[in-house]
Parts: sequence; structure tokens; C-alpha cells
Amino acid sequence: MNFDMGAYGIYIWPAYGASALGIAVAVVWTVAGWRRAKAKLAALEKK
Amino acid sequence: MQFLFRYANPHNFMRLSGAVLPFTAIATALCIGTALYLGFTAPPDYQQGRTVLIMFIHVPAATVAMSIYGVLAVCSLLSLVWRHPLSDTAARAAAPFGALFTALGLFTGSLWGKPMWGTYWVWDARLTSFLLLLFMYLGYMALWNAIEDEVRAARAAAILALVGAVNIPIIHFSVEWWSTLHQGESIVSGTTAPVFLAPLLIMMLGYLLLFVTLWMIRIRTAILERRARNLMQGVS
Repeated sequence: MNFDMGAYGIYIWPAYGASALGIAVAVVWTVAGWRRAKAKLAALEKK
Repeated sequence: MQFLFRYANPHNFMRLSGAVLPFTAIATALCIGTALYLGFTAPPDYQQGRTVLIMFIHVPAATVAMSIYGVLAVCSLLSLVWRHPLSDTAARAAAPFGALFTALGLFTGSLWGKPMWGTYWVWDARLTSFLLLLFMYLGYMALWNAIEDEVRAARAAAILALVGAVNIPIIHFSVEWWSTLHQGESIVSGTTAPVFLAPLLIMMLGYLLLFVTLWMIRIRTAILERRARNLMQGVS
């Protein structure tokens, strides 16, 4: 694999960084929401 | 349509999506990993040099962003015509991911534009109509949050989504209808070399599977939240 971007690195790495960050935030937000909802429902069903 | 409604039943959806989710999650990771490997081992393009790497994430993000709006519009139509409650849930759950992929498409596109066109942004038909797509997603989500009554909110948001659907063919054909700085279609026409086409298409599939995975989890979350709300109303 070639990670040498030459002069274009200042455009390529931010593009990949922003994409990785955006996807990571979406995954964490989605999974956290699911866990929260599951825990809340479980607590209500216990009552 | 009966087939669709049978699986759109919340109970059936929870069962079916629970079984499918591990496979879509694994397939997403495999596709994105393979596309990254193929992309970073591909040779530089004779015109774009190493910036061709941006194409492997820009084109999939833009394509999936438009596809999600198609999903949103179909769910909205189902909601307006058949009043199926899961259609509203599905449409609402898709919107944040549509906004994310649109924003990523715009950001990565502008980072490609600077070294290739000499500018981050131009108000040409493709870029402007794509920016409008981001505003449509944001407006759709804002409308859902602005109206307290869920039935009214769903109806208003569905109408907005259907009106906004007219923008999708405009985005797609903008490079043919108007003189734009943005280049024309090069995948279907077969002008992209296989060494670049493979990472691009695999990443596109990876992004699509990522959306499907996250979308199913969001719908499942909304179903659980509805159950919790019903329980709380029953208790009080």
C-alpha cells in the first residue's frame, strides 16, 4: 500500500479523516441510542 | 404490497432485522476494508494523480446520499397513501444518514475540486443542487422536530420529502442539462479504468450496506422507544 500522497496530502488526508470521523460518529450515535432505548424499556417492563 | 406490509409489521421487522444485522455489519466492514486496500494500492491517475483517492470516497458518499433520499421519498409515499406507521419511522430514521452522506459528499468533493479545478466551490448546477439536497434533509428533520403532534409531523414531513424528490433527477441530469464545471457520468459509460472502478464500486456497496445497517438499528430503536412511551402512558 502506498501512503505517499506528495503535495496532494493536504487534500486527501482531510477527506479521509472527515469521512472516518463522520462514519464513526454515526455508528456511536446509533448504537448508543439503541442501548439507551433498550435499557429504558427493560426498566419500564420490570416495574 | 401485502408481502411488504407483512414484513413492515413492527414485530416481524424486529425479528427479521435482528437476524440480518450481523451479516450486513460484517459485509460493511469487509467491503470498506477491501475498497481501502484496493484504493491505496491503485496507481496514480494520469490526470488526477493521487487525488483519485478522494474519488473512492466522494462518489460513493454522493451516490448513497441520493439513494437515501429515494428511500425517504418512497417511505413518505407509503406513509401518505397507506398510512403505515412503520413507513414514517423508516423515513425519519433515514434522514440523518442522508444528511451525513450529503455533507461528506460536499466536503470531499470540495477537497478534490481545489487541486483539480483550482477552487473549493463554484455555484454550478451540480454543486448547487447537491447543496440543496443537504438543506432538504436538514429541513425534513427540523420539520419533524418542530411539530409536537406526531401524526401531523409525519404528514407534513412526508409532503416535504415528496416535493423535494424533484431535486434528485435535477442533481443526476444537471451535468447533461447545463454547462457545469463538474464532469459528466463516467461509471456506466465505461470510461473508468477497472483498477479505479473496483475500489469505487466496492466502497459504494460498503457505504450502502453501512446505511442499511445503521438505518435498521435506528428503526429498531424507534420501535423500542414507542413501546416505552406506550408503557409509560399505561402506567400514568
